[in-house]
Amino acid sequence: MVVSKETVEQVASVSEKYKYGFVSEIEAETAPKGLNEDIIRFISAKKDEPEWMLEWRLKAYRYWLEMEEPDWAKVNYPEIDFQDIYYYSAPKQKDKLKSLDEVDPEILEVYNKLGIPLKEQEVLAGVEGAANVAVDAVFDSVSVATTFRERLEKEGVIFCPISEAIQKHPELVKKYLGSVVPYTDNFYSALNCAVFTDGSFVYIPKGVRCPMELSTYFRINAAQTGQFERTLIIADDDSYVSYLEGCTAPMRDENQLHAAVVELVALDNAEIKYSTVQNWYPGDENGKGGIYNFVTKRAACRGVNSKVSWTQVETGSAVTWKYPSCILQGDNSIGEFYSIAITNNFQQADTGTKMIHLGKNTSSTIISKGISAGRAQSTYRGLVRMGRKAENARNHTVCDSLLIGDKCGAHTVPYIENQNRTAKIEHEATTSKVSEEQLFYCQQRGLSEEESMALIVNGFCKEVLQKLPMEFAVEAQKLVGISLEGSVG
Amino acid sequence: MLEIKDLHATVGGKEILKGINLTINPGEVHAVMGPNGAGKSTLSYVLSGRDGYEVTSGSVLYQGKDLLELDPDERACSGIFLAFQYPVEIPGVATATFLKTAVNAQRKFRGEEELDAMQFLKLVREKSKELDIKDDMLKRPVNVGFSGGEKKRNEVLQMSLLEPSLMVLDETDSGLDIDALKIAADGVNRLRSPERSALVITHYQRLLDYIVPDFVHVLSDGKIVKSGDKTLALELEEKGYADISAA
Ligand SMILES: Nc1ncnc2c1ncn2[C@@H]1O[C@H](COP(=O)(O)OP(=O)(O)O)[C@@H](O)[C@H]1O
Ligand SMILES: [Mg+2]
Repeated sequence: MVVSKETVEQVASVSEKYKYGFVSEIEAETAPKGLNEDIIRFISAKKDEPEWMLEWRLKAYRYWLEMEEPDWAKVNYPEIDFQDIYYYSAPKQKDKLKSLDEVDPEILEVYNKLGIPLKEQEVLAGVEGAANVAVDAVFDSVSVATTFRERLEKEGVIFCPISEAIQKHPELVKKYLGSVVPYTDNFYSALNCAVFTDGSFVYIPKGVRCPMELSTYFRINAAQTGQFERTLIIADDDSYVSYLEGCTAPMRDENQLHAAVVELVALDNAEIKYSTVQNWYPGDENGKGGIYNFVTKRAACRGVNSKVSWTQVETGSAVTWKYPSCILQGDNSIGEFYSIAITNNFQQADTGTKMIHLGKNTSSTIISKGISAGRAQSTYRGLVRMGRKAENARNHTVCDSLLIGDKCGAHTVPYIENQNRTAKIEHEATTSKVSEEQLFYCQQRGLSEEESMALIVNGFCKEVLQKLPMEFAVEAQKLVGISLEGSVG
Repeated sequence: MLEIKDLHATVGGKEILKGINLTINPGEVHAVMGPNGAGKSTLSYVLSGRDGYEVTSGSVLYQGKDLLELDPDERACSGIFLAFQYPVEIPGVATATFLKTAVNAQRKFRGEEELDAMQFLKLVREKSKELDIKDDMLKRPVNVGFSGGEKKRNEVLQMSLLEPSLMVLDETDSGLDIDALKIAADGVNRLRSPERSALVITHYQRLLDYIVPDFVHVLSDGKIVKSGDKTLALELEEKGYADISAA
């Protein structure tokens, strides 16, 4: 995104007052490393934000300063130096490659296995010239994007970058931003509030069924996700939306820490389906490099009969710390969490969900499929809380772990808090191994060892894969196989 | 087709096959009979290349090539099919999906165009009808909750879809009632041809009334102790294995 001349001038005039002034840096589109109030003012000014937004960021920042980094998740990683991170930089121009011939063949192979069209491959890999052409062709172009936007506009659906929403729809943003995940919530969400620069905003008006899956055509866009993303989705009364986040193509990213916040609000009779495929760079087979993904995702089922489904396929990142949750406030509201988490080599994932039942007759379903291979460690951590007023609330949890090899681990940590006698909570957990017998049976029918593994693991994940929107599901299936490469033999 | 010479193999460090010699020509059906624990299944696993079944000496030529060099999937794609004594369950994988994946893996190996969903459906309908297999079974996960008879019929279905050159059947008769046995045997007989050979492993003579072999071998303690024509099977039925092995 290109910052306009006015913005630059405006920022320049503001930043002159800064104690740590870095006027000269403005042209460079990058704030110096580290975090302090000036940096936050800089970000806010760059984004042309209203005063209330800046105030909110600063409050979050001051709160964050008092907080300690959590250490309870079952993951290990070197300490993060928060003063050694760039919190604002304009989209980086990666080194342009002349053609796909210059791209790491390993990455190309994965693109091919995923069946990504050649033009898109070029964009993903950062081939010179490809970006503009294909980006145009794929989404900014007349064809797809315009039709897309026109249809959404006709229905009154707002779907835009969050920074644009702050400008154009301040009343909605003010009302809902931080209403599900307040800045006081946790260490990373506080940090995110202070410094977020990117993300999406969605508003579905009353009675509207969003006519398409949002962001299906965004594979390439997802390649440029920011480090501190902020997403806010509001489904007004009687509305429906299905939102897809992420990208099956593996992304190498120089940002090691990702701390996104996603907030969903479902009002009376509204339904939100949120699907994620996350395949960020997990580090190499020796555990070097890779992304730390510490994300806060939470939905408020605020209205009666509202419903939120989280479906996630997590195969990437070196360290994942993620618990998409539902607060079931409205009577009869429904929360669902369907998850596949695959960890291979030295990956660590601590993921699960929280279902907080507050309203009457609320119900939640949790299906978690954890697959560990190599030396990976995967933990399911889930909380089901039945509040005092949650009459006849129901939860059903199924937690299955699949181990490949004998050096990996799977852990299940369910927390149950029940304050209502009429509530019913069911929890099932299994751990199994891919057997030599199953692999041999498949191979005897002509499948290679890797194809056999992919087939068996896809079978294990089937219930969750079925919850994904069609086009995502096909890619996710292939991704399951690819993520486990090198785990057999 | 297949030429086994002085084949020795160990499982878990223990020698189970102690010098097998067996030649199967194209179009021939050989039956291998023998008491429990003789090494019949071991022979089938050694031929199909299962992990942990280690060949310590001897050789196996298949279609003129060294079979023991090949990975299990390469052997399968080269036309060796093993109908398992105990078919394996694969939860969550629909039988139809499994069959299609297998057929297409083998087509790909041979450099043929993969079948699309419609082409495959047509093929699998035709074959499953012959074996009295209902569509419902194709939708269920592979062998999960299948009755003994369904599992064995599923093996024969896979075999008729994959059209192997060498069919190895390991106690396909066990667990089948007489009607199911006939259906399975018909399936195998339909596949018999001058180019296609079979190695039929069984404990009982009964199966051989339906799949009539050209040769019968008695395997005992890791060795073939006697060979003959189909009358040997009847003789075995009468006298039992103890006599023959001792002889
Ligand atoms: N995995 C194994 N480890 C050790 N011994 C085995 C293993 N599998 C089979 N055996 C032994 O090998 C011998 C032959 O077994 P098998 O080939 O299954 O016989 P059959 O099929 O003729 O009944 C038996 O004594 C059995 O106990
Ligand atoms: Mg046996």
